[in-house]
Amino acid sequence: MNGKNSILIIDDEGIVRDSLSKWFNEDGFLVGTAENAAAGLRQLQSRKWDIILLDIKMPGMDGMELQQRIREIDPTATIIFITAHASVDTAVQALKSGAFDYVTKPVDPDHLSHLITNALKQRALANENTKLKEQFSEVSKVNDVVGDSPQMKKVYEMIQTVAGTDTTVMIRGESGTGKEIIARAIHSNSQRRYFPLVTVNCGALPAGILESELFGHERGAFTGAQYRRKGKLELADGGTLFLDEVGNIDVKTQMDLLRVLETKQFTRVGGNNIINVDFRIICATNKDLEKAMQDGVFREDLYYRLNVFTILVPSLRERKSDIPLLANYFAEKYARAIGKSITDISSDAMDILVRYDWPGNVRELENAIERAMVIGTPPAIRPEDLPFQLSEKKKKPACGSLAEMEKEHIIEILEQNHWNISRSADILDIDRVTLYNKIEKYGLQKPA
Amino acid sequence: MIHVLNGSSLAAQKFDQILFSAGSILEHPVRLEASPLDIQRAFDSSRGQYNSTALLAQILTTSLPNGEKWIAVVDVDLYVPVLTFVYGEAQFNGSAAIVSTHRLANQYYGIPQDDRLFLERLEKEMIHELGHTFGLYHCRQFDCVMHSSTYVEEIDLKRATPCLECKSSLLRTTKSL
Repeated sequence: MNGKNSILIIDDEGIVRDSLSKWFNEDGFLVGTAENAAAGLRQLQSRKWDIILLDIKMPGMDGMELQQRIREIDPTATIIFITAHASVDTAVQALKSGAFDYVTKPVDPDHLSHLITNALKQRALANENTKLKEQFSEVSKVNDVVGDSPQMKKVYEMIQTVAGTDTTVMIRGESGTGKEIIARAIHSNSQRRYFPLVTVNCGALPAGILESELFGHERGAFTGAQYRRKGKLELADGGTLFLDEVGNIDVKTQMDLLRVLETKQFTRVGGNNIINVDFRIICATNKDLEKAMQDGVFREDLYYRLNVFTILVPSLRERKSDIPLLANYFAEKYARAIGKSITDISSDAMDILVRYDWPGNVRELENAIERAMVIGTPPAIRPEDLPFQLSEKKKKPACGSLAEMEKEHIIEILEQNHWNISRSADILDIDRVTLYNKIEKYGLQKPA
Repeated sequence: MIHVLNGSSLAAQKFDQILFSAGSILEHPVRLEASPLDIQRAFDSSRGQYNSTALLAQILTTSLPNGEKWIAVVDVDLYVPVLTFVYGEAQFNGSAAIVSTHRLANQYYGIPQDDRLFLERLEKEMIHELGHTFGLYHCRQFDCVMHSSTYVEEIDLKRATPCLECKSSLLRTTKSL
C-alpha cells in the first residue's frame, strides 16, 4: 500500500479502533481515530482523509447523521460504513446516502483489503477525473472570442448570463462576425460542455438532405440509404445543437423542427420508433427573419420558439477599436501555426487594417492576416503583405455635402474610364447630356 | 535474540529449518522455547476463536531486554475483534508477535496434508510478523515476505525473504538496535 494514503476510523468501540488502526498501520496508512462524532469532525478539520471508516451506530450523533456533516466539510470523502448488525435496510440507506460501501463486523480480512484497494482506486480515478475536467475547462475556454470594445464586453456579459441556463439562444450578426465562435463559447461555459456541440449548417444543404441530416434515416428510407444513420439531433443528445444559417431552412423542415423543439421527440426518416432527445438549441442567422416571416418563408411559431434570447454580434466596422487586438491575436496564432518569427504588425500596416471597412468582418481580417503571414517576412507584417491597398482617395474622409460626394464620384468614374463620356455615363446610369451638364456644373477638366 | 515460544503441537525439530532461515534473514540469533502463555484466557466462546491481541498482551507482561523479540506459535484460530480471523499479529516496531498454524494446513481447506508446504507457510508468516516488530510495513511486491496475505494461496505466492527495499529497511533497523 502507498504510505501516503490516510484513513480515519470513527467508532465508539476502542477495541475496533485499535485493531483497525493496527491493521492499516501495517499497511503503511496514516491512521487517525476518533471515538465519537465530535472527535471525528475535529480530525476532519485538521486534515483531508482519503478514506473514512464510519460506525453507523454510535451514541450521540450516529454515523448516518455524521456522514452528512462530513460531506459538508469534504464533499468528495470516501466513506465506508461499518456496523455490528447487518440489515438490508441499513445497507440500502447507507449506499443511498452516498457511502462507498458497507461492511459488517467482523470483516473478512480479504474483503476489507479489496474494499480499501478499490476505494483508493476509485478515489484516484475521481481525482484524476476532476483534474482532467479542470484542464479541459481551461483549454476549452473560447480563446477565439477576442475584443475589448464596449460592444464585445456586452456580448461577453450576455454569454455569461445565458450559458448556465438551457435557454434557446439566437445569435444574429453579419456574415463573418464569429457567430459560431459565440455559440461555442456558450456551449463551453454551459453544464452541457462535456457533451457534444453539434453544428448543422442549414444553408449548405438542400431540403431533403437537411431533413436526413437532422433526423437521420432508417435503412432503405430512400434510394441510397443502405444503412441506418443517426441524425444530428440524436448526436447532440445531452449537448448543444447549433443551427447555423437557420433562416435558410425550407418551410417543411421548419415544421418538423418546430415539432422536435416542442416535444424533444422525433422519428428517423423512414422510421417509426420515437426517439427522445435532450439538447439545447443555439441558432444563428445573418438574415432578416422578421422580413422572412412577413414574406411567408419563415414560420412565425418557429421564430418565436427560437428567438428567446438574442445576442447581436457587432460587425467589425462597429468596433474598430478591437482591430489591433484581433490582428495581433491572429498574427500570433498564425505565426505559431506556420512557424514564422513574424512577431509584429508595422504601424503602416496596422493603420491600413484599422481604416479598412471589413465587409467580411472578423473572418476577412483573419484571412488577411493569415495571407500576410504566409507571404510576409520577419520581423513584421508590412502594408505590401496585405491583400489590399487603400487608395489615397479612400483614405480621404467622406465629403460633407451630397454635391461634393457626387463631384468626387464623377471624377473617379471619369478617371477610371479615361474620360470616355459614353462609358462613364453608362456606369453612372445617366445620359451623356446630363454627364456633360454635371462636368460643367462642377468645373471639371480632362487632364492634359 | 529472537525467542520462539512454541505453544503448538509441532515437535521442536520441525522448527529447525524455520529457526535457521529466520536467523539468517533477520540477522539475529533465534532460540526455541516452551510457551508460557495461558491460551484459554484469550478464548471467546461466542466466536469459538482466540483473541490474538489478548495473547500479545500476555507476552508483553514479561519484561524483555531491549532489542529482544518474542514470537509465539499457536495451533488455535486467532482473531482481532473487527476481523473474522488473522494468521498472526505483531506489535509494530515492538517486541512481541504471534502466529497461528490453524489456517496454514491444507486439511483446514479439505485438501490432502502437505507437511512441507505447511512448514513453508509457517516460516513465511513468522518472518512476516517478526518483520513488523522490526518496523516493516506491508509491501506491494507480491513475492516479498512482507506482502499482506489474506488467503493461504497468497502466502504460497510469496517467498520467505524480503524484497530489496524491505531488506534494506530491515538492515537499517537491525543495525540501529
